[in-house]
Amino acid sequence: MAERERRSTPPFGGVFVARSRVMERDDINRALWRMAHEIIERNHGLDGVVLIGLQTGGVPLARRLAEALDQIEGHPVDVGSLDVAFHRDDIGLRPVLPEAVTNIPVDLTGSVVVLVDDVLFTGRTIRAALDALTSFGRPRAVQLAVMVDRGHRELPIRPDYVGKNLPTRRDEVVDVNEDGVDLGEMVKP
Amino acid sequence: MKHLLSVDDLGGRDGIEEVFRLTDSFVEVGERQIPKVPALRGKTIVWLFYEDSTRTRLSFEQAAKRLSADTMNFSVGSSSVNKGESLRDTVQTIEAMGVDCIVVRHSSAGAPWQVARWIEASVVNAGDGWHEHPTQALLDSYTIRRHLGGVAGKRIAIVGDIKHSRVARSDVLAFSTLGADVTLVAPPTLLPPSLDGWPVAVTHDLDAILPKCDVVYLLRMQRERMTEALIPSLREYTAGYGLTKRRVERLDESTLVMHPGPMNRGVEIAAEVADLPRSVVIDQVRNGVAVRMAVLYLLLGSGVDLQ
Amino acid sequence: MTIVLRGGRLIDATGERSGDVVIGDDGRIAAVGPDLSADRVIDASGCVVAPGLVDLHAHLREPGNEEAETVETGSRAAALGGFTAVVAMPNTDPPVDGAGVVREILDLGKAGLCDVHVAGAITVGRRGEQLAPMAEMAGLGVRLFTDDGRGVQDSRLMRRALEYASGLGVTLAQHCEDESLAAGGHMHEGEWSSRLGIPGVPAEAEELMVMRDIALARLTGGAVHFQHLSTAGAIAMVRAAKAGGLRVTAEATPHHFTLTDECCAGYDPAFKVNPPLRTPADVDAVRAGLADGVIDAIATDHAPHPQEAKERPFDEAPPGMLGLETALALAITELDVDLSAVLALLSWSPAAIARIDDTHGGPIVEGRPANLCVIDPLATWIVDPSALASRSRNTPYAGRRLTGRVRHTFLWGEPVVVDGEAVR
Repeated sequence: MAERERRSTPPFGGVFVARSRVMERDDINRALWRMAHEIIERNHGLDGVVLIGLQTGGVPLARRLAEALDQIEGHPVDVGSLDVAFHRDDIGLRPVLPEAVTNIPVDLTGSVVVLVDDVLFTGRTIRAALDALTSFGRPRAVQLAVMVDRGHRELPIRPDYVGKNLPTRRDEVVDVNEDGVDLGEMVKP
Repeated sequence: MKHLLSVDDLGGRDGIEEVFRLTDSFVEVGERQIPKVPALRGKTIVWLFYEDSTRTRLSFEQAAKRLSADTMNFSVGSSSVNKGESLRDTVQTIEAMGVDCIVVRHSSAGAPWQVARWIEASVVNAGDGWHEHPTQALLDSYTIRRHLGGVAGKRIAIVGDIKHSRVARSDVLAFSTLGADVTLVAPPTLLPPSLDGWPVAVTHDLDAILPKCDVVYLLRMQRERMTEALIPSLREYTAGYGLTKRRVERLDESTLVMHPGPMNRGVEIAAEVADLPRSVVIDQVRNGVAVRMAVLYLLLGSGVDLQ
Repeated sequence: MTIVLRGGRLIDATGERSGDVVIGDDGRIAAVGPDLSADRVIDASGCVVAPGLVDLHAHLREPGNEEAETVETGSRAAALGGFTAVVAMPNTDPPVDGAGVVREILDLGKAGLCDVHVAGAITVGRRGEQLAPMAEMAGLGVRLFTDDGRGVQDSRLMRRALEYASGLGVTLAQHCEDESLAAGGHMHEGEWSSRLGIPGVPAEAEELMVMRDIALARLTGGAVHFQHLSTAGAIAMVRAAKAGGLRVTAEATPHHFTLTDECCAGYDPAFKVNPPLRTPADVDAVRAGLADGVIDAIATDHAPHPQEAKERPFDEAPPGMLGLETALALAITELDVDLSAVLALLSWSPAAIARIDDTHGGPIVEGRPANLCVIDPLATWIVDPSALASRSRNTPYAGRRLTGRVRHTFLWGEPVVVDGEAVR
């Protein structure tokens, strides 16, 4: 998510400068563990559950979430990745190129898709993801898991599983990485 | 990037690699249950083909539709074009209807450049006379990359009527920009008058070069060349430059055989050879749709250049 | 009313001097000398007074292609370019292959702003099969014959034409192009045509015919004038032929000493011409030939085409460029010779070849017809196609800054261009 944000907000192509750490690595692990339990509880098990990570920030999180689910239930979960570049609503307004190839390994018809992303912001990426999913079948349900919900929604989208609720200013930037979650801003290089 | 008139418009190796990465994504789109994305929804693309070419036009059409663009076909035979309307008037009339992109194929070299001077919309060159056919070169390069892992360092022989071939000119540009070693193989009458400045080697001896190729790229031999005193007969051409069964046996195991289509089985390529697994002509066609999706997306969907 | 051109520098074939020139009521030069006066004074200080320029090669398009140019509009363009005489090419529709069309053009020319002389075709219909009635046309004053647009392909026919013409006191001129080699070509065959994918015309298409006509001139004892030479090879052959004492002359166009085949890279048909723009080495050879006299004259090959025609795809567009209004300035700006040499190439030398040197080309002396031009050799200007007097706009020099401008032109004593504007 950080990379996309970096490219589509001014100063375009700038550098992220962290101002404060809002989650440590251990905090992320605990949140993932909790969210995994919530997914199992909500869906009464893992039958038909498919995790789909949104490129690029959601992909490693989806993988780790899948590992956690497998550890808890002893049940391997299908994981896919989705790049929503071609479904965005701002095509033609700013440079938009896919970061990586989409890979959905199973037919999604009848499944419970859990979209996984690092940061939920305006909701437009999720809308694009919902649009993209229709090309892969007709899921029974679509749920949303995010590590950070930073507010400022522009569409009626709400997460089902949240790592942390984080109030932010609009011009601030949230970066989820291996060491933790940082709050900062974009600086022109 | 506003137009794709020449391979050079992509700005070198990096630009071509960007097209390849995009093409990878569009290959995946083509494999979805619903192989369609809304990326170019609301955009209108017009096919302006002065030269007959169903296959290229259909390939572009498929690409446009998979991007959710609207398309219009300006059918040259039945229109005011034949009533003497100038090319300029034709394209300006089309643009006035509200189009975002005109894909032009014309028998005159340079026509797409002239069209680009007269209108605001984007222009894609789908083949201008003997000069260039950039999307063909891109799909050819992409196909080589997919089969052989890359184009750099590969030894590619382009065989046939180089002189009259826009595919050959664009391929030479693309292959050499990507770092391949290109050799042109043709009788002297089918080579351009001057190869000064072309980054290629030249030979008249196909047999000598076959064992040393990673790719053998065959060009179509047209019957008209006989009447122009360029070759004595198709039979003599095939004897010297056709990829016969005997010649194929001298190729390395992994060497690819390619052709832009449509093939003259029995002339530049033996019928049995065209159907061998190493002949990747069908892949070229398949990749052609994804490559053209990438090109259309780059021109119309990737937004303002913010450099 | 008598006119005095005051304070100018006079340049003609006899040399350079300063002085005033008085044009008499009778259309002839009344006096030349210091401090003269007359009814009307035209200030020529800072300017050069020269014999009017003579163009050996202009396409006035009338009859048949009046939407591109007419005799009247072409003559206006000529006068603005400093020309007091042009030789109109015979590839009109119908072609000039008999007395009828000759008379028609001469009549149209009477109202022109320059003297319009007519070139007759060598063969009927310019088809290269049968000799045209040259004597009949010569009887009406035609002094130059050519099938221009085309060259005479058949060697035997050209031999007969040379023999026949030598008894008539006329000049035979040749557009040198071997059609079997040139067929299908639209630009010079070479590095650029190969890169651009445009069928080319090899230099040899011109050289072969120059070679042949030199041999035929030797065989028949006739004289031949080579039109618009463009190749180093042809120029070298002309040099050798002249050194060998043969009566050959040659002309070259401004575009062949200023532009190269690389100009076609943008596929703009403004640069399409026949013979085509050639390589830098050829351009250098043309310049050298103009400087050392191997090429006797600059001729414009003024070839107007309607805008629509020059907007067609490159291979479909007709060849040809405007030239009358830019020739002098191009020669002054681009050639490495002094103004006197430029004027030789544009005035008295072509006048001699056209056999009109009794009335055009100077010298500026009492009694000669007052066919003069006044040039500001230092004035700079930018070529604006829409400001040209020609009916067409197809100049490759649009936007180019040139040095040298015609201020006034006098035709048989009548001021036809005053202060850079045509009077009618």
